[in-house]
Amino acid sequence: MSGHTSSYEPTSRWGKWWDERLPIARLMHGSFVAFPTPRNLNYLWTFGGILMFCLVAQIVTGVILAMHYNSSDVAAFNSIEHIRRDVNYGWMLRNMHSVGASMFFVAVYIHIFRGLYYGSYKAPREVLWILGVTILLVMMATAFLGYTLPWGQMSFWGVTVITNLFSALDTVYSGLGTGVVEWLWGGYSVSGVTLNRFFSLHYLLPFVLTGIVILHVWALHVAGQNNPTGLDIKEPSESVPMHPYATSKDVVGLFAFLIVFAWFAFFLPDYLGHADNYIEANPLVTPPHIVPEWYFLPFYAILRAFTGSFLGIPLGSYAKLLGVVAMFSSVIILAFAPWLDTSRVRSSKYRPVFKWFFWLFAFTCVALGYLGAKPAEGIYTVLSQIFTVLYFAHFLIIMPYVGLRETPKKLPRSINEAVLGDAGSRGGSGGMFAGAPAAPETR
Amino acid sequence: MINRHTFALAAAVAAGLVPGVTMAAGSSHGPEIERQTWIFGGVGGTFDKAQLQRGFQVYKEVCSACHGLKRLSFRNLVQPGGPEFPEDAVKALAGEWPNQIPEMNDAGDTAIATKGKDGKPNGFSYVMRAPKLSDPILGPYANDRAARAAQNGALPPDLTLIAKARSLERDPKWFVHPFLMLGDIVRGYQEGGADYTHALLTGYVEAPADVKVNDGMYYNTAYPGRQLAMPPPLADGAVTYQDGTEPKLENYSKDVTAFLSWAADPTLNQRKRIGWQVILYLLVTTALLYLGKQRIWAKIKH
Repeated sequence: MSGHTSSYEPTSRWGKWWDERLPIARLMHGSFVAFPTPRNLNYLWTFGGILMFCLVAQIVTGVILAMHYNSSDVAAFNSIEHIRRDVNYGWMLRNMHSVGASMFFVAVYIHIFRGLYYGSYKAPREVLWILGVTILLVMMATAFLGYTLPWGQMSFWGVTVITNLFSALDTVYSGLGTGVVEWLWGGYSVSGVTLNRFFSLHYLLPFVLTGIVILHVWALHVAGQNNPTGLDIKEPSESVPMHPYATSKDVVGLFAFLIVFAWFAFFLPDYLGHADNYIEANPLVTPPHIVPEWYFLPFYAILRAFTGSFLGIPLGSYAKLLGVVAMFSSVIILAFAPWLDTSRVRSSKYRPVFKWFFWLFAFTCVALGYLGAKPAEGIYTVLSQIFTVLYFAHFLIIMPYVGLRETPKKLPRSINEAVLGDAGSRGGSGGMFAGAPAAPETR
Repeated sequence: MINRHTFALAAAVAAGLVPGVTMAAGSSHGPEIERQTWIFGGVGGTFDKAQLQRGFQVYKEVCSACHGLKRLSFRNLVQPGGPEFPEDAVKALAGEWPNQIPEMNDAGDTAIATKGKDGKPNGFSYVMRAPKLSDPILGPYANDRAARAAQNGALPPDLTLIAKARSLERDPKWFVHPFLMLGDIVRGYQEGGADYTHALLTGYVEAPADVKVNDGMYYNTAYPGRQLAMPPPLADGAVTYQDGTEPKLENYSKDVTAFLSWAADPTLNQRKRIGWQVILYLLVTTALLYLGKQRIWAKIKH
């Protein structure tokens, strides 16, 4: 795409015929074969491809599951059991889809933390990053809707709790929140009507997601990939063609990831779920602890940190609203990272102070996840409040302040210098590929 | 994590039997339940046909008096990976099963007429017939209301999914937690429901002196809230095994728990077999892809 001319040469008459009419092969060749990728990418950069696989796998297994699923409130739970027991390999499809959702989040969280560590959100990749945050939001919505579909106890009560959050808008304008909640439910409580529309939306959103992913990849191919040094590619020798270099690494990463995926899908299919969801939804019986899926736990902890008071500050009737606002803000604040981070150095490799705060932030997220699974009482609430403050402080205080005060380590002059030592920067591109038959000179 | 509490609450709220429901559901944790060694446990375990057959015998002679297995059909008892009873035996079993299948009446005068809400016949009728291989294994009660009426307000749950709908609750220190999780992931521990079921079936003891057991309730150490409406179902010698297994409570409980684990997860054997094939394929392929990648990158410093 931009900044990169395709080297595609159609060889067959058939290829030439198409190339003059719809050069889709040229586009693919330019985007995924000849596309220059930094030579120094590590395995953390394989998660983009892994996520692409996850999306496709979820859609394929989901489409087939939908052929056997029944979204009526009286039949939904039974139809899942029908899939598990009577559909040929239905148990496998179902496990791949439910475990797949978790694996999708494992991969997306690693992908995001990689971006945060190496400063991938900084100019010129702001739009790429914001599209990524949008993908995360849509993914979360899709996963939440999907968890409703088995219509077990945790499905039902999870939906009840989360949709009820919107009733906090009543504090802004009387009746607004209740109106929104009833509009979402399609009634005065969570019912079969809710389930049916959630199924419809759960089928729709992955295709919306696919659209945004295409934009995300497009933006990536305009700005080019970041790399562990955070430096821009200055000369062609600092990059290698995507194929076979990046692709050969991507498949190793993907297959290693699939080992973990298969381990859970075949040996621990229910480990990441809740036993309660094997009890059919019952509006008359509330589980004592309603807990979301693991990938929502940090956000859930932030939501519940806002009780009657927050670290001693009384919140009164605004507690719920503030909790909801904080929860949504905790995701949306990511989108502002490009402007909140004031450092001109991208990679934390060269940021001795910020590096430590990055790991503190990672610990904060894990701690919030742990607290989200605990009952909202006593010490757990206090800790949730402390870590909620740390979470937001990372973006609102650490990122701007450390960026201004920190003295970064000396940056290498180029990617080549970082990879090859001094020889690389002095010698330019001349000798280093001597003898390499697949010299990546593609421009 | 939450399930035993939920169940306690469900039973208590619905039946209105246990005073202090909130205590049962709140922070009071049950006793630490011991994990058992299950032959079907972990990443390698598969069901033992003989044990499943004994377990079914316990279910049939004891549990089926109150509990159904409605998501299981008689034909499942024949299928590979389960108790694998001979088809003829299961056909005979279905024919004699005490809990028959209601079916819309097409003809015949032995039909039972149904009544509308006003108590008058509404023009429909049904007949009861013996189950076939394709029919579900029903319990004795036509519906939950009939069950409660017969059980003093308590509801004996259907048992098909019970081994998956229960789990063990653990509350380790936060710094131990990740290591325990990792251990469970590596070992492939998924038998929390079985451990709980076994603990419940063997958990009936004399109540401590300071605990007042309510009328019609029984003291059980595994049950959250400690008091449940199910009388101790099993005791030494209650079932006579054909294969020489010692007829004692511990064996009954383990066998019927194994059977219920199969009922909740009838494709376990196939799942683990295919799982190992997939893992093996992925390991070899990953290694080959890695070698390929090394070769492609051999002349490029990175």
